[in-house]
Amino acid sequence: MNNKQWIRVTAMQNIPLREGRSVNVAGREIAIFNLGDRVLAIDGRCPHKGGPLAEGIVTGSTVVCPLHAWKISLETGSISKPNENPACVATYRTRIESGIVLIEVPEASQEMEERSLSCGEQNRACLGDSPSPVL
Amino acid sequence: MDGLEKEGLFVFRNLDDTRALLDRAAPGKRAVVIGGGLLGLEAARGLQVQGCDVTVVHLMDTLMERQLDLTGGSYLKAKMECLGVKVLLERSTTAILGNGKAEGVAFKDGSSIAADFVVIAAGIRPNVELGRKAGLEVNRGIIVNDYMETSNPDVFAVGECVEHNGTCYGLVAPLFEQGKVLAATITGNRGPLYRGTIQAAKLKIMGVDVFSAGNFSEKAPGTDAVRYEDPALGTYKKLTVRDGKLAGVILVGDTSESHRYMDWLRSQTDLTAMRRQLLFPGPADDAGLDVAAMADSKVVCGCNGVTKGAIIHAVHEKGISTLAQLRDSTRASTGCGSCTEVCQQLLKAVAPEFQEEAKKSLCKCIPFPEDKLREILRSQRLRSVQEVLEIYGNGVGCEICKPALSYMLDMLWCGDHDEDRSARFINDRVHANIQKDGTFSVVPRIRGGVTSAKELRRIADVAEKYNVPMVKITGSQRIDLLGVKKADLPQIWADLGMPSGQAYTKGVRMVKTCVGTDFCRFGVQDSTKAGVELERRLENLYTPHKLKMGAVGCPRNCAEATVKDIGLVGQEGSWQVVVGGAAGKKVRKADLLITVESTEEALQAATLFFQYYRENANYLERTYDFVERKGIENVRRDTVYAPLAIQQGLRERLRKSKRISRDAWLEGDAPRHPTQFVQIESLEKVQG
Repeated sequence: MNNKQWIRVTAMQNIPLREGRSVNVAGREIAIFNLGDRVLAIDGRCPHKGGPLAEGIVTGSTVVCPLHAWKISLETGSISKPNENPACVATYRTRIESGIVLIEVPEASQEMEERSLSCGEQNRACLGDSPSPVL
Repeated sequence: MDGLEKEGLFVFRNLDDTRALLDRAAPGKRAVVIGGGLLGLEAARGLQVQGCDVTVVHLMDTLMERQLDLTGGSYLKAKMECLGVKVLLERSTTAILGNGKAEGVAFKDGSSIAADFVVIAAGIRPNVELGRKAGLEVNRGIIVNDYMETSNPDVFAVGECVEHNGTCYGLVAPLFEQGKVLAATITGNRGPLYRGTIQAAKLKIMGVDVFSAGNFSEKAPGTDAVRYEDPALGTYKKLTVRDGKLAGVILVGDTSESHRYMDWLRSQTDLTAMRRQLLFPGPADDAGLDVAAMADSKVVCGCNGVTKGAIIHAVHEKGISTLAQLRDSTRASTGCGSCTEVCQQLLKAVAPEFQEEAKKSLCKCIPFPEDKLREILRSQRLRSVQEVLEIYGNGVGCEICKPALSYMLDMLWCGDHDEDRSARFINDRVHANIQKDGTFSVVPRIRGGVTSAKELRRIADVAEKYNVPMVKITGSQRIDLLGVKKADLPQIWADLGMPSGQAYTKGVRMVKTCVGTDFCRFGVQDSTKAGVELERRLENLYTPHKLKMGAVGCPRNCAEATVKDIGLVGQEGSWQVVVGGAAGKKVRKADLLITVESTEEALQAATLFFQYYRENANYLERTYDFVERKGIENVRRDTVYAPLAIQQGLRERLRKSKRISRDAWLEGDAPRHPTQFVQIESLEKVQG
């Protein structure tokens, strides 16, 4: 059930400071952000209208969706604006190895199962996977 | 103290000292400021804004101990530390370390810290040398009586060198009062008398509001202290009340009531009836009441000696209605600025059409109104968004202030700054307009809406080659290619061979034109040519909000110039230049800026207004809101009817920006970042 794997994604230098880039990993569109002291990864699309989160302005550890300015925590995937929003975005653990960003994703066979989880459960799942600092 | 002869040791007293310090200050340099009084803190902040790593060393257990009690000092310390200035208390400096030049500071307790240079801002002593040589009676300062006479009745003294009734004053306000008495004395009057000044001090560091006056000690018999504090807000207020009258006041974090307290102190108002409202006077019934009660002879602006009477006189005589005009006319509120509030209240009370300048901060991250921010950026020579946020804001910023600061820096420094793309909206990172599905739209520049068969053919080829889902004629006489993938942008731009139309940004969009005189039966001015030229002169520049223009060859107004941000309306033998029109969220007929004879004059007037808007509008303020806020009369006065030097200044700054500006689509050939337009592919594939 909890089989996950670390995937080597891209060179750290491909993501400019305080910007995001979108990358396809195992069939998922994931947005990766360079916060200077760490790299964070979340699902690439905004739960509101599917805005590309990698293109958003980063403020602290939050990204602002470029379409309608929803604010999404890169640490927890929760949404701080609009207020009291139950929607959320999945987060992924990350680490850096010799300048390469690695992201932990579920194995392909897990995917269908996880995708069917309700948002609340998924959020709890991603809260548990707190992002790791840059090594 | 040992080592005072070393190089790299500065004092902070006069303009030359300040210049020398500015020469030495540079990002990353470690500065140690000895002395945590007013002067030391102001010097420390000044150096820190220059990028230095600053530590304030203070002998006492609280900063500004002459003005603040322990609690007030701790609030101030927290604020300074929050700005990034380090503070060391209770350190007695014994020596400046270093071999020939200052390299550190040693303390009595045996510890030391490293420094690249050291500023001494402590132990200000009255300069009494001249008095001593002249044989005057000198104690700590030159002794004077209530007439400002020294021990030799033919010699007078005022200012920081004097000692009156046992007190030496180190601030400017007492000097003004002494000066008045002296003026009376030397013109042969015996009186008024100088009875000493209630000491009041205000820390002049933006964002660190500290005010102190009178005697704040609670120890004197019959003294009560009334306090309020809120650590989360960083606000601390304390009043000492003796025999029902105010004896002293300390305000940290909120000094808005300092004038009221100063009045109470000076007039020794009986506060018995007001005991419940001492710290929260609440909204006054009539804001004009306080200023109405003020005597005409009362000095409002201490720095420039402007009385209430002088201000009222100027308002009536010169028809003043704004603070800016009042400043120009009387110089009130142009010194330290602490009387600005009173000046505003006076204007409100006596100027019939006084408009309070809207003072809304940009956002929560950086609590300054935009005009103040522009002033900060300019005066402090700040050149990156992150730097501004770290020094004056919360260090993080948001999607509102980051693009706004980006614009201000671009406008002020014309490219001579760090253009941080991460602070800009996605459209300005890739020079295309993001659509709801994450694709982009591409609008090439077609100046004045005039194109050619060749250009149209290229556009058609591009649309086919890249399977562009929609090709649309826009309302601005241009062509929009919609649904383009980010990765295709550079190649599409190259294939088009046309410059960016800036349709994605807060910048110069286009000039819509009619056919003017070439083909039209009615045209009386060559609007097509004028429009193309106007677009060429302003293209590639950024503005506070998008800017759309129009040029029409006759008053039939076929290209709708009177509802554009800037419009040229041709008439027989002249042009009307109109500004502030709108046909969007709001519909507004543009105001007439000026009527001129030649096309060149019309272009000059339009570009003058353009640069004025760039420099003075708030971010995301369209010209129609800007012109309404300023008033067209004021806009005319500040642009086409401004003194020549002001017009030349606007033109020169516009020229400078224009010189550096370039077609953003050239970045397609030389991206700012290797992955600016690239869709990143994962290094490792996963088996599905």
